[in-house]
Amino acid sequence: MNKPSAATTTNASAAPVHPRASLAEPAPWPGAPKVATGAEHPEDAPLSIHDMTVAYDRKPVLWDIDYNAPQGKLIGIIGPNGAGKSTLIKAVLGLVPMASGKVSIFGKPYSKQRRLVGYVPQRESVDWDFPVSALDVVAMGLYRRIGWCLPVTRRHRNAAREALDRVGMADYADRQISRLSGGQQQRVFLARALVQDALVYFMDEPFAGVDAATEQAIIALLQELRRGGKTVLVVHHDLQTVETYFDELLLLNMRIVAAGETGEVFTQENLHKTYGGRLTLLDQAAEAMARKGVRR
Amino acid sequence: MHWQTLDTWIVVAGALSAVSCALLGNFLVLRRASMMGDAISHAVLPGLALAFLITDSRDSIAMFVGAGVVGVLTAVMTQWVHRVGRVDPSASMGVVFTGLFALGLILIVRGADHVDLDPGCVLYGAIELTPLDTVFLGGWDVPRAVVILAVVFVINALFVAVFFKELRISSFDPQLSTTVGINATVMHHALMVLVAITAVASFESVGSILVIAMLIVPAASAQLLTDRLGSMVLVSAAIAVASAVLGHAGAMTVPGWFGFEDTSTAGMIAVAAGVMFAVTWVAAPRQGLVGKLLHRVMVRLRVLQEDILGVLYRLEEYRGGEGAGLSIAKLGEVLALRPAFASVAIRGLVKRGEVTRTGHGYGLTRGGREAAARLVRAHRLWESYLVKFLNLPPDHVHGPAERLEHVTDAAMHEALADRTDRPEHDPQGRAIPPSP
Repeated sequence: MNKPSAATTTNASAAPVHPRASLAEPAPWPGAPKVATGAEHPEDAPLSIHDMTVAYDRKPVLWDIDYNAPQGKLIGIIGPNGAGKSTLIKAVLGLVPMASGKVSIFGKPYSKQRRLVGYVPQRESVDWDFPVSALDVVAMGLYRRIGWCLPVTRRHRNAAREALDRVGMADYADRQISRLSGGQQQRVFLARALVQDALVYFMDEPFAGVDAATEQAIIALLQELRRGGKTVLVVHHDLQTVETYFDELLLLNMRIVAAGETGEVFTQENLHKTYGGRLTLLDQAAEAMARKGVRR
Repeated sequence: MHWQTLDTWIVVAGALSAVSCALLGNFLVLRRASMMGDAISHAVLPGLALAFLITDSRDSIAMFVGAGVVGVLTAVMTQWVHRVGRVDPSASMGVVFTGLFALGLILIVRGADHVDLDPGCVLYGAIELTPLDTVFLGGWDVPRAVVILAVVFVINALFVAVFFKELRISSFDPQLSTTVGINATVMHHALMVLVAITAVASFESVGSILVIAMLIVPAASAQLLTDRLGSMVLVSAAIAVASAVLGHAGAMTVPGWFGFEDTSTAGMIAVAAGVMFAVTWVAAPRQGLVGKLLHRVMVRLRVLQEDILGVLYRLEEYRGGEGAGLSIAKLGEVLALRPAFASVAIRGLVKRGEVTRTGHGYGLTRGGREAAARLVRAHRLWESYLVKFLNLPPDHVHGPAERLEHVTDAAMHEALADRTDRPEHDPQGRAIPPSP
């Protein structure tokens, strides 16, 4: 399998050094936590998941997830439908309850680190007929910073407009969102994540159902975020582009099949383990638990 | 019509109640939780009964507390039955609110039958009687119901104004809302508490049926008229006030036209709101029926005009010279349409200077010829494309190309030409007009 082309990557993945050995790299922005993301330093990782299990209706959908995300990387989360990719993100962000486990963002629980985290939900998760403009939606990324009960001011709108400009959507700022194409809607979501000005981003299928131009715009943006030292975790479906887009991968199918540098873990064997031959025993156990009502 | 102070108070009470409901209703409609208003306005009954049984009085505060508690309970239980019982959300809502309503009826009949907590009155209200029960306030005899409704209105207006941003994000994108620290569930429950309180405050005067109508109808109408949340809220409030005024005036006058006494104001307010919704639905500029119909007619006319240009272009091509013309009757025949429609289309083309009268009818102008060449070029490029990439036989591509030519913009023109290697002839061997 080919290494990612140099045109799309500007970082360690083109160099022979393993990203987790990049302790000596300078901090990418002032005040950044020291770059040290191996399992031996989970407290400093942009995202550290320890022993996470998530269940819907008592049926476990994620088992024993242990993961430390390296910093400053584009990380693809891939796996078949029902593998728990979205659930993983939602559990990290506290949107679905965990049956067990611990999640930390730069060493602290998520509830204390909201300002460091940006989130792009699936495009289908919202009602695009909602009476708001593209600018209104982008400004939502600033609501936490604006604070409760305070209004969105001109300064915030300018910041939102700037973010729209960065995704090539400045001309559509005042358009109601139902009158945007699917790709444009996705860019609005990305602009909203940009104004959150986070250090760790979680994106749930940003490439789903977008045109080629938007896909390119998104990937350019992801690379720009990486240049800024941000860590971006992206739920992704298209195996053909995995190698060109991502530095690191998390192969998921109810449990972590493999995680690490793309060149190392994107192998036929791992893919077969992830996609082919479902994890029959765990599946059966999960079914049985659900059937018999056993709590995990 | 004989308007008295009494009537003014009735309208004020109706308007306050209608606006209070409409303000909250916007968010129910946008959250696709319209039926939640229905559910809560029924489900509060046991809350009222229990509040009465515990405090042994019809004290407003106790009633509101009881209603608020049951409002949240309804929301939580609906969610719980949906998740644990694995039933459809609307079914779970149906189970919860009918169950609570029945419980409330039993409580009233069993425990509080001796008091005036009349289920019939709860349904229809008695807005005509509101001016009779007054309190003395700042030198005025103000109806008690108006005071209560005014307080509720102020609470709701403040809630929507102060938490506008939070309501917007939690209604639009509950997940993002929760991740940025604005818990969507908490906002939902706050909304439900206010719906419950508003419902209770309105029962006595306008009844629960009007509450349900006012929670949904003004907001639904406003949604058709606006595309921003702020304007939607304001328009819904205006529609609610208009419903109250027109409703009461209607109750006094309309039955008279048919030789009846005046009728229930609450009922007429709901009717007025319904009529306004119907009018909006038909006449709203962009989303209304007429607007959509008009848009469709305009599109058809444009397509027809382009077809006429195409016909005239091909005629010139066939006769091998400019200046060929066709009469309206002939055009109608060629394009299989009524002459009247063809003449409307022609008139538009003449106005735009693309077609002009010639000796034999109508022919292309210079500008018209350019526009027609673009269309024919699109048509023939599409034919080439369809043959090349879809492997369609050349005699099957005219139909699709005929539809595609009308939606081909400049960028698509370029892409088409590129993909088909800029052919000079279409699959049937006719020359493709050069790119302008």
